[in-house]
This record gives sequence, structure tokens and C-alpha cells, in this order.
Amino acid sequence: MRKNRLIALVLVVLSISIIIAGCSEDKPKVNVYNWGDYIDVDVLSMFEEEYGIEVVYDTFATNEDLYVKLSQGGSSFDVIFPSDYMIERMIREDLLVKINKDNIPNLQKVDDQFLNHSYDQNNEYSVPYMWGTVGIIYNTSMIDEYPDSWADLWDEIYEGQIIMYNSQRDTLAVALRKLGYSLNSRDERELEEAKVELIKQKPLVYAYMGDEIKDAMISGEAAIGVVYSGDAVYMKWENPDLEYVIPEEGTNLWFDAMVVPKNAQNKDAAEKFIDFMTRPDIAAKNAEYIGYSSPIPEAVELLDEEVQNDPVSYPTYEEIENTEIFNDVADVIQIYDRIWTEIMSAE
Amino acid sequence: MKLKKFTFPYIIWLTIFIVIPLFLVLLYAFTIGDSKDISTFQFSLNNLERFFSSPVYIQVLLRSVRLAFISTVICLLIGYPIAYIISRENPKKRNTMILMFVIPMWMNFLLRTYAWLTLLGRNGIINIIITKLGFQQINFLYNDNAVLLGMVYNFLPFMVLPIFSILTKMNINLIEAAEDLGADKTTTFKKVIFPLSLPGVMTGVSMVFIPAVSTFIISSLLGGNKSSLIGNLIEQQFMYTGDWHFGSTMSIILMVFILISMAVTSRFDKQKEGEGGGLW
Repeated sequence: MRKNRLIALVLVVLSISIIIAGCSEDKPKVNVYNWGDYIDVDVLSMFEEEYGIEVVYDTFATNEDLYVKLSQGGSSFDVIFPSDYMIERMIREDLLVKINKDNIPNLQKVDDQFLNHSYDQNNEYSVPYMWGTVGIIYNTSMIDEYPDSWADLWDEIYEGQIIMYNSQRDTLAVALRKLGYSLNSRDERELEEAKVELIKQKPLVYAYMGDEIKDAMISGEAAIGVVYSGDAVYMKWENPDLEYVIPEEGTNLWFDAMVVPKNAQNKDAAEKFIDFMTRPDIAAKNAEYIGYSSPIPEAVELLDEEVQNDPVSYPTYEEIENTEIFNDVADVIQIYDRIWTEIMSAE
Repeated sequence: MKLKKFTFPYIIWLTIFIVIPLFLVLLYAFTIGDSKDISTFQFSLNNLERFFSSPVYIQVLLRSVRLAFISTVICLLIGYPIAYIISRENPKKRNTMILMFVIPMWMNFLLRTYAWLTLLGRNGIINIIITKLGFQQINFLYNDNAVLLGMVYNFLPFMVLPIFSILTKMNINLIEAAEDLGADKTTTFKKVIFPLSLPGVMTGVSMVFIPAVSTFIISSLLGGNKSSLIGNLIEQQFMYTGDWHFGSTMSIILMVFILISMAVTSRFDKQKEGEGGGLW
């Protein structure tokens, strides 16, 4: 018995020292924090090989999740991938550092229409990674009348067939645009109206979901869902009966971009990583794997013809004319919180 | 005296993982300010007032208590007979049976809950069988019944195990004495076995009620987020809105509620100092 315990102790000590030894290696490291399921992981080993920098890769599920981790301190990431409005907030709260554009030559390859938006006026902090719209996906084998507007999501013929996002901004945006308001509304009266609309819609809704919406739509659990365009591409691969439409009231145009947090340990490696991700062949590899739309024209040209001409991934300029980018509304977050609580708690 | 030496690590453990976190939750609950910067904290009862002045929060709290209560009752109604039947078997068989009961718990809680989605979905296994037999498809998911099912399924073992353990430890002489004195099976159960097993029942009730009233995963996955439970609202404050103060206030209110309901149940439990199995 004694002997066994001694052996166990030795084993524990050994394994701990191996772990510690593994950590203290001199190889430079870059800590990357990205959305779940949002990269072709082969790219990471390609980067490691080319630059001799080890990539420590981790994932998050929502912008707010990322914000909490970053603002509470204690964690150090070198490259993170927030969306537009969250970048705006992080810049305002002084959580990011400016990137040195000289270190990111591939930034020139990014299409001008994806640069210098309101969330980061002169692109001093961010390099776009993917972009897209929010729209309605529907299953042509399950319904006869196809939706083409947000208002259709209030049509009783779709009772029990609609899946909405379990996400404050995305779901309120649907109601706000239906009412003809800006999806960045800070007006309490407009938000109250949106609340009434969403409570009215509730009996028709099958469920409010996060990422599970992909599986649910693919397997035909429900006929209609509100989704990001990049997810729609993937869903259409898996189930050809699905179609995606940008509603006529206009929608949200979004960007996920790469930024460097203020407390980054290795800014140099971070910029190398961002430049690598912006290189057309790498950007194409990622876009091909996850189905989202790349903001780099040279990368798009490397994709299949079919994908290049897919209006879901790469809509024409007219189609995205009537869109808005999210602004940060953190200053009225209490109103959003109350409105959302009342919607989700309504019976 | 010698024992004292060994309680020392336990006290450190208690302080670091229970006392300090609990104190922090209390601190957050009764203050307002920037949750990242402790120097901005100010004592305030605003969040308490916010909770009790809005009908939404009270409604959600009552809903959570109601669902947790129903699932606890169902767990008791199913769990007690199971525990009783298993405890009457011979030791070898009984250990195998209880092992079979516990094995599913070795799998992750989330995975087991996800599994219900593929079972109960519109195109799930159960619905495929139903429609093959010529019946109409049934919507099992995303309502209160699905949430209740998730609670009962996940927490049933917590009801069965304490009852089982107290039933097997029960002094057989007492039961034999009752029979010798002419009590029939029903009377023996009513007058001897059941009262003696009450501490186990109380433990089971607490161990089911507490996780059920505070769950947010089950209502999210099986309820489709269609009606929030108090756990969902607390999660929203911490994970999304970032108002740790209000989130803490709600946690404290929930804790007080749990304490009250436990106090009520323990009043029925006259043999608090019973032979093990008790939680308090």
C-alpha cells in the first residue's frame, strides 16, 4: 500500500515538472482568442511553421463574453476578434492599442469599402477578418409562401416555425427595422415599441437559440430562422432546401476584426499573426472552411466560382445599400437590459 | 486535541472558497458603482428596490420556485419507490442496481441534456416512431414540460441516493419488532419505515430543489429561452449586461428564498440528528 502511494506521488511530481518545463521553453508565443468554429485550424500550424511562433488558441461565444474577460483583467491575449460595436466600446474604454500599419503590409489588400467605418474611423486599431449581413433563412420544402421582409416573421401562418436569436442586439434590431427605426436606437419610446412587437411575436416563435440554430435549421426542426449570412452559407451546404434572403426593410451589416488588447504580451507576434491572417491565400483558406465572407478581393478570387458569385456571401452593392452597422450602446445598456428582460420573461 | 491539526486545511479551504466569495457577493449586492473598480463602490439598496418594485423579477422568481417545487415533488414520487425497491434487494444485487442508476451521472450534465434534444425534437427519434405508427407529430420541446423533464431527469439520482442510503442503514430489528407486534406491511411502512427515512427524504428534497430553482442551462436548452428562470436573469447580468451588482443582489435574494424553503421543510424533519443522510 505504502509503495503504491509513493509511486503515485512520484508520478504526480514528475508530470507537474514536465508541464512546468513545457511552459518555460523559450519559443515566442502568441495568444489568440477567437470566436468558436471561426478558423481553419490548419492555418495555425502553418503560421507556427513559417514564423517559429507558437500559437495558443482559445475561443469565446459572444462579444460580451470577450469584453468581460478582457475588462476584468487577469487574462492576457495578443490577438482578439471582436465585432464592430464591441471594437468601438473597447477603443472608448482604452482597452486596445493602435496597430503599426507598417507591420501589416497585407492591410492594403483589404477592399476599401470595408475600411474606415464608424467603429474605427481610420482603421488605427483593427483589421477586418470577416463580414456579412443578418437575414432570414427558410426551408423551401416546409413552407409554401417564402418570407422576404422582417414583417413576415409576424405572420401567423408561420406559427411555431420561427427561430429567433437569443441575443439582445440582433433580435431587437429585427423589431426596430420592422418598425422603420434605426437598429442603433437609443430612444426609449422606440425600444418600448420594439418590445411590444417582440412580445406579440412570441407565441409564433419556436425557440430563441444561439449557435444551435444551425443544427435546428439543417435538420428541419423549424422552417424559418434569423441568421448571419456566413452561417447561412454553411447551412445551405448542409441542406440545399434552405434559402437566404436580406429582408426588404434593410438589415445589419457587420464586421469581425482583429485587434490587439492593451495588455498584450507580444505585440510584435500579434501583428505578424494579423498580417498572416490577412494574406490572400490564408484568408481564402479560412473563408472556404467557415463559409463566411472575406473582405479581401484577392482572397475571394481564389475561391470557387460558385462561391464568388453567391449573393449570400458576396451581395452586390445595391443589396447592402440599405444596411446599418451596429454602434455601441453601452451608455443606455440599462434600457436595453430592462427591455430584453421583459421580453424574455413574458409568458 | 490532535484532531484540531487536521481541521486547519479545512478552515483555509472554507475561507478561500466559501467565506470570501460569499462576502464578495454580499458586498456587490448592497453596493452600486463600477463593478471593475472597488473604490467606486457605494452602499446602496437601489438594486433591492429595483428587484422588488418590478413585477417582472418577482414573476420570474415565483415561476422558478413553482417549477422547482413541481420537479421536486415528481422526483420524490418517482425516487422514493425506486430507492425502496432497490434497498429491499440482497446486497449484491442492490449494489449493481444502484450502480446502474449512477452510471449515467458519469457523463457530462450538458451532454445528457443535449441528448434530449435529439430524442424529443420534431425530427427526433420519438417523433419518428410516433409518425411511423401513423400518429401526429408532437411538439415536445421548448415549453415548461420539457424544462420539468430536464430537471427531473438530471436531479432524480440526488433524490434516490440519500433515501436509498438511509433505507439500507435502517435497523432491521425495528421493522421486525413492528411485525411481531402485529402490524401489517402498510402499517409498518407508515409508522416505522417512512418516519425513519425522513432525514434522507429531506436531504433529497434539498438536493433536488436547490439546483432546480437556480438552473439556467435546462431552461435555455430545453425551454428554448422562451421564458426566463431566475438563473437566466442572473446569468444575463453577469455575462451580458455586466451589472455584477444587480446580479449579486438577485443571487442573494435567491439564497434567502432557498434558506426559507429549507427552514420550512426541516420543520417537518423532527429527527434532524438522525443517523446520517441529513444535510444540515
